[in-house]
Amino acid sequence: MLYREAGQFKTSYAKDLAIFPIRQDRWFIALVLIFFGLVVPLIANDYWLKSILIPLLVSSLAAIGLNILTGYAGQLSLGTAGFMAVGAFAAYNFNIRVPELPLIVDFILAGLCAALVGMVFGLPSLRIKGFYLAVATLAAQFFIEWVLTHFGWFTNYSSSGVISAPPMKMFGFAVESAVEKYLLTLGVVLVMALAAKNMVRSSAGRAWMAVRDKDISAEVIGIPLMKTKLTAFGVSSFYCGVAGALWTYCYLGTVEPAAFDLARSFLILFMIIIGGVGSILGSFLGAAFIGLLPIFLNNMAATIGHGTLQADTMANLEHVIFGGLIIFFLIVEPHGLARLWQIAKEKLRLWPFPY
Amino acid sequence: MTKTIGDVILRCDNISLSFGGVRALSDISIDVREHEILAIIGPNGAGKSSMLNVINGVYHPQEGTVTWKGQTRRAMKPHESAESGIARTFQNIALFKGMSTLDNIMTGRYTKMRRNLLWQALYWGPARKEEIEHREVCERVIDFLQIESIRKTPVGRLPYGLQKRVELGRALAAQPELLLLDEPMAGMNVEEKEDMCRFILDVNDEFGTTIVLIEHDMGVVMDISDRVAVLDYGRKIADGVPDQVRTNPEVIRAYLGAGH
Repeated sequence: MLYREAGQFKTSYAKDLAIFPIRQDRWFIALVLIFFGLVVPLIANDYWLKSILIPLLVSSLAAIGLNILTGYAGQLSLGTAGFMAVGAFAAYNFNIRVPELPLIVDFILAGLCAALVGMVFGLPSLRIKGFYLAVATLAAQFFIEWVLTHFGWFTNYSSSGVISAPPMKMFGFAVESAVEKYLLTLGVVLVMALAAKNMVRSSAGRAWMAVRDKDISAEVIGIPLMKTKLTAFGVSSFYCGVAGALWTYCYLGTVEPAAFDLARSFLILFMIIIGGVGSILGSFLGAAFIGLLPIFLNNMAATIGHGTLQADTMANLEHVIFGGLIIFFLIVEPHGLARLWQIAKEKLRLWPFPY
Repeated sequence: MTKTIGDVILRCDNISLSFGGVRALSDISIDVREHEILAIIGPNGAGKSSMLNVINGVYHPQEGTVTWKGQTRRAMKPHESAESGIARTFQNIALFKGMSTLDNIMTGRYTKMRRNLLWQALYWGPARKEEIEHREVCERVIDFLQIESIRKTPVGRLPYGLQKRVELGRALAAQPELLLLDEPMAGMNVEEKEDMCRFILDVNDEFGTTIVLIEHDMGVVMDISDRVAVLDYGRKIADGVPDQVRTNPEVIRAYLGAGH
């Protein structure tokens, strides 16, 4: 009974175009924002902020990036972590080589560098599709990792290949504590998520989806395939690049190519598959699922299984349950958690009188 | 109904098209005049769809030229022809299945939208205003086709007849000067066919859109078209008003068959 749109009439197209046209949704999202923006920094401890929430937000951002490319424009990519690495190293190099630039500019330039690299590796998409394209983007992943480990210039000739990220300064304030880093990450992620939502509901987003659903009729309608695909690669890699920069600066504190290996690319791909392919909300849900579930299972196992099972059995059991849950969710709802959320909302509109 | 058929707006001269050793079109010349409805008929494999694909640049003929609004060209990208005012529908529905009816029709406005990606990311001021302006055009198309109730429905869930109608809507949203319809009534029941005929005639009448259509239902073809061209094995065997074509002995032999 609480979730009703009855009586909320839209009298202009502008109102119909709102992201959250239903009043209850707006209240809900406002509460969520207040919670994460004001309550969490007050109550959460450093462990939660540093090891859970920050990586979660950054993964969400990377997932949004991949979702733009794979979910909206339909171009399968396995190079996500590679593009994140480009962003991370670009931000680092701009930071130490041109110290005059403010950090936010470094982040934007990092995104642009990643976008450029992404567009170059997106060129094969003009000729190949689907799994074959995925293999072509795999090349990006390996190539970028190789370049970053073999050319000392990128790591500023550090002997170990692992460098600690320089201290951050944002608008004159030092960003040092976990709370500050968390708020910076949250701000960047929210702004970019909103921008992504805006793009996908405008003509650019429709062009991406058109190319995904039927490229031949997209072209006949007047959508140039080359431009549209490359834009998708560019925007997607921009998001991944900024995510990579945040990953090193706010989460790891070190800049190293090993943080951006193929496993990370896969993890982000799983996030969007479980969260919902072609959904901005799904990127967050997927990141939360993949990020939180193992921790939750771990804690569960520690509480329940303490003393009854051997530690190694327990560790394996966690993996088994995690894998099982992924399969369960994919069978129940192949379109991901975002779709489940949508169905729940539709049901709720009629509840408790479904007829 | 007083409509004035204008000058030749699209001229295809001596078009020949082959795929490897298969000759799809040989030496075909067709003129299309402004504001008319031209039907292209012929048996399966006669090259009708290939002809449409040549007109809007999906195929590039090996020989011959296409002159559209006074400009002669042979090879043109499909999106360029869309920008120059040609829209089309497909024989097998080619809608964007994951998108809503409204979004599908909005894609028809793509070539008319000018704001760049940064404005779209902001979704504010001029970008929003542009979005609303184009939304109004699309809503007029939706009104015209009487599909208001399925505005927000994903097209994959719609029945076949409605999908065909949405596809017509997507083409109309571009406000084309030339509309190419590839079997707009295939697989429809009588009622749906009547509706579709009505829409085609209304489009032609109200907006003055020139229409080239491929259709197998001879009743429909002879009723609504101003002129009929007949293809057979990649050659044009007849071209004229419906009554002429109906009585042409070669057409009867190749396609229509003798009266029973």
